[in-house]
Amino acid sequence: MKSSRIVITGVGLTAPNGNTLAEFRGNLLGGIPGVEMMDVRYMGRWPAGICHYDPLKYQKKKELRVGTRAGSISIYCAREAVADAAINLDAMPKDRIGIYIGATEHGNVETENEIYAISKFNYDTKFWSHYHNPRTVANNPSGEVSLHLGITGPAYTIGAACAAGNLGLIHAAQMLRLGEVDLALCGGVSESIHTFGIFAGFKSQGALASHADPRKASRPFDRARNGIVVSEGGCLYTLERLADATARGAKIYGEIGGYCVNSDASDYVLPNPTRQAECVRKAIAHAGLTADAIHIVNTHATATPQGDIQECEAIRAVFGIDCPDTWINNTKSFIGHCMGAAGALELAGNLPSFADRIVHATINVDDLDPLCALPGLVLNRPQAAARVDAILNNSFGMLGINSTLIVKRFVA
Amino acid sequence: MTKDECKKVVLDIIADIAPDEDLSNVKPEVRLREQLQLDSMDFLDIVMELRKRYGIEVPEADYPQLASLDSCGEYLTPKFNALPAKP
Repeated sequence: MKSSRIVITGVGLTAPNGNTLAEFRGNLLGGIPGVEMMDVRYMGRWPAGICHYDPLKYQKKKELRVGTRAGSISIYCAREAVADAAINLDAMPKDRIGIYIGATEHGNVETENEIYAISKFNYDTKFWSHYHNPRTVANNPSGEVSLHLGITGPAYTIGAACAAGNLGLIHAAQMLRLGEVDLALCGGVSESIHTFGIFAGFKSQGALASHADPRKASRPFDRARNGIVVSEGGCLYTLERLADATARGAKIYGEIGGYCVNSDASDYVLPNPTRQAECVRKAIAHAGLTADAIHIVNTHATATPQGDIQECEAIRAVFGIDCPDTWINNTKSFIGHCMGAAGALELAGNLPSFADRIVHATINVDDLDPLCALPGLVLNRPQAAARVDAILNNSFGMLGINSTLIVKRFVA
Repeated sequence: MTKDECKKVVLDIIADIAPDEDLSNVKPEVRLREQLQLDSMDFLDIVMELRKRYGIEVPEADYPQLASLDSCGEYLTPKFNALPAKP
């Protein structure tokens, strides 16, 4: 099973600037960001990426009341992906479907809400919700999808900080190759904007973005960048073995080319460009490619002063100046940092490039930081590419987890 | 508080915890779970909302008393009427 080719056959997403792939892509090419000001408990108003999908499109009010925002986003994305892939779930054995959803964290939102709620009752824990545990278990987002769709195969959450979206896809590809499942719903989600703790934590780190105009708050590679815009979002894919996808005449967005996951083992929060470069190189080798065959590098850069420079250092080390057909961009400049959804969403924003050969820009770069001036960086307006055969997607996270995923143009 | 008022309190709570349900024809003598999509967690919600909104405690041994609107009225009305008057 190891040699099975794995393909992407469906995409379901909600991003701060789009609730379908077409809308998201249209806004990425049109230079339209999705960051707005939001009230954050105890902290006032801050830029944030808020999703505006319709939760009632697929869920009943009671499901929304009992479940979590991450669960709702997961259900929306799963249903959209299955519909996009034209898969009839009822015609499949439900125990052969896996749900692998990446999350940066889970449970903070509900815990904060419960503490706030009992603060109105003098902190008497008899007012603590009986839903707290099912809402906060780490498998909640995947479990809610399982309940909603009646899927009885493996359904769990992959905790991998902000690399989690990529890991959802990578893990799914591995499970398909192992023959554990026949269809995977995979990717990543985030409900992070609903916890003040993540805003307060980044602020205490000196890593929370602020700007009078929220649409300009997320500005990777710009000299005036001052931190992360926290966002929610989700993106789930249907992944299948090529033989299965071909047999049912599926539309194919791309093929999983290669990947790598490694660890810095050097700091809780500071990235390590040496390990990042190693991750990128190993992924390229795993895909059987060379660096010059990568035509789009979607960076992880979150607009922290130091992190952007370090990722650029890693990319420079791998791609140097000998990759004239390699374009580099950043999706967070439009939507902020969607945390566990970031890797999956950012890949989705670039997938249409296989068809239209346009590379979406990095916006909000008014004054490029010379230390981020990579060759091939696409700034402020989209770039036509001679060819797009391979997209490399970086997603890195705290505790030094790095992930690189390469998706190739599908060639039968 | 009358028994009918008490039933209305319970029905208002159910409207919040089961927002998709049509509550216009709930039969007071029939068990709630036989006519509405309610599970054990929903009944815990009823208990929690009585506690939060009215300070009424329903011990676990008495949960069966909440089975129907009629039984809720019988069981809860004395509890409501025993609440200290609001200043």
